[in-house]
Amino acid sequence: MKITLHATPDITPRPLIAEVILETRALLNIDRADVKPKGGEVVIDVPPDIYDQVAVAFEKRGATITALEQPLIKDDDECVNCGACISVCPTGVISFREDWSVQMDLDKCVQCGACVTMCPHGALTVLKS
Amino acid sequence: MITVTDKTIQDINAKIADGSVHVVTAEEMPDIVAELGPVGAAKEIDIVTTGTFGAMCSSGAFLNFGHSDPPIKMQKVWLNDVEAYAGLAAIDAYIGATQLSESRGMEYGGAHVIEDLVAGKSIDIHATAYGTDCYPRKVLDTTVTIDDLNQATMFNPRNGYQKYNVATNCTDRTLYTYMGTLLPDCGNVTYSGAGVLSPMYNDPTYQTIGVGSRIFLCGGQGYVTGQGTQHDPDNNFATMMVQGDLKQMDKKYLRGATFHGYGTSLYVGIGIPIPILNADIAKATAVTDADITTNVLDYGVARRSRPILRQVTYEELKSGMIDINGREITTSPMSSFHDARAIAGELKDWIQKGTFYPTLPVERLPNTGVVFKPMKQIGEQPTVADVMAKRVITIQQGLTVENAAKVIMEGNFNHLPVVSDEDRLVGIITAWDIAKAVAKNKRDKLDDIMTRTVVTADASEPIDIVARRLEQHNISALPVVDKHSRVSGIITSDDISKLVARR
Repeated sequence: MKITLHATPDITPRPLIAEVILETRALLNIDRADVKPKGGEVVIDVPPDIYDQVAVAFEKRGATITALEQPLIKDDDECVNCGACISVCPTGVISFREDWSVQMDLDKCVQCGACVTMCPHGALTVLKS
Repeated sequence: MITVTDKTIQDINAKIADGSVHVVTAEEMPDIVAELGPVGAAKEIDIVTTGTFGAMCSSGAFLNFGHSDPPIKMQKVWLNDVEAYAGLAAIDAYIGATQLSESRGMEYGGAHVIEDLVAGKSIDIHATAYGTDCYPRKVLDTTVTIDDLNQATMFNPRNGYQKYNVATNCTDRTLYTYMGTLLPDCGNVTYSGAGVLSPMYNDPTYQTIGVGSRIFLCGGQGYVTGQGTQHDPDNNFATMMVQGDLKQMDKKYLRGATFHGYGTSLYVGIGIPIPILNADIAKATAVTDADITTNVLDYGVARRSRPILRQVTYEELKSGMIDINGREITTSPMSSFHDARAIAGELKDWIQKGTFYPTLPVERLPNTGVVFKPMKQIGEQPTVADVMAKRVITIQQGLTVENAAKVIMEGNFNHLPVVSDEDRLVGIITAWDIAKAVAKNKRDKLDDIMTRTVVTADASEPIDIVARRLEQHNISALPVVDKHSRVSGIITSDDISKLVARR
């Protein structure tokens, strides 16, 4: 499952993720990372079986985490099922069903927004957590 | 040659009237022809329906607003702040799909105005005029819906390309094109066209598609009115001009679109019935995605002739991946095969229900001998070589910031290319870089402060391309290099401005 880790500027310089990996031995995969003056925001893929431990490990270091739910919204009235979005997605979220309609595997989405820009019909929105 | 299987359009239309017509879509036809052969298929099948739904930039609509009181001869008119062409009589205008909103820019254009009209939305009209004895009014502001217009006629000069080029991008930066976002280093591939359902590919000699052919146009019944502009039958890039009543149309098959960084376009839904008059026509409708070959072009080259990277079939494109230079690259269509299928299906349905009767053309489209000529241009397009400074001062790698400062001071210029011992370009340094270095007290090695990834120009490139490169990188000069990275000149935005001022 995917989580967004929010770190305030005071803890951003710490190797938080490395510490949590060493402590929990979880195989974390970093999908996307933004470090800005107001702090860091990192989207991390966490093995579900070890999620609770990882959450506790981050929280005790002062970071907050939120689960990434419904990261990408498709407006079915605007979507024409062209599939233009498919080739710009870095994680292979979007594909065609047998009937050539567009389907999304949202578990893979890292909210990069590439598909939002590509969509000629303004049918896609990324929810910023 | 007349054979027993030959039918007339009257025979077919009589079968539509009595409900015995046999219609299939172009997707179903390959199997039928494989099983029955062309003669058997022509006997069995009366009509094959095709469909396509994609961006067709050369689209628009003629609108007639009726007369105001006091009357106005609109000289300029805007619909939701998108300018339409009003140089036709007093209250006619043509709204083109790719014209952009003056306030909203690329997010809204003529295509969206047309979609909003079809959706029944209210449109703001603003018009200006110079005033005459018969049309005294000079300014007009009102709102209209499609019902308030006398005529709203879609008229598209170039639609339904038989097939289209495939786009990728070999440069190292992202490109925003009418083929969508193209990722750097051939990071993706985009294509357009319905392949097996392509109207003109199912009748590649245009025996049944021509002036007066009745078609499905955006959910209404329209007509082919002639060859489209840029019609190029010898290269299988045929196009058609089409017309239809906007008031009959359905938003489902007509959509305004924005290609990020490029502009607006209209997704147009076209379905053409191919009456199966004989075995030849039946055979042509058995075309499959595997039979249609097109070229993958490098859109990174912003010239009229783009390099062809490879040939590819629609079957390969639709598989989702194609090989480019040994790498598997993800493809995506810009047109909707899902909706092309829906259009072919709906047209089939109309014919079976007896609400649509195909016609034969009163004049066929040319199937050979039409050349899509390049533009006639007068005067030579200036190239980098015409404008660049040929005497360019460079500095050797390994020298100090102070050395560079001195050279720039003495030469009274801003950009100093840095070259290696073999005289190859390895970096560039500007007066600003030097100011920064001095402020930070980094006066020693030039190599520490120079820009190593240098944006360059080739002496043979047209000025417009280089001007855009300067703009994109937000810089003011480019060293001109030969194929061995040796500096042969430098071109600055000042040089280009002076040239433009002289024009």
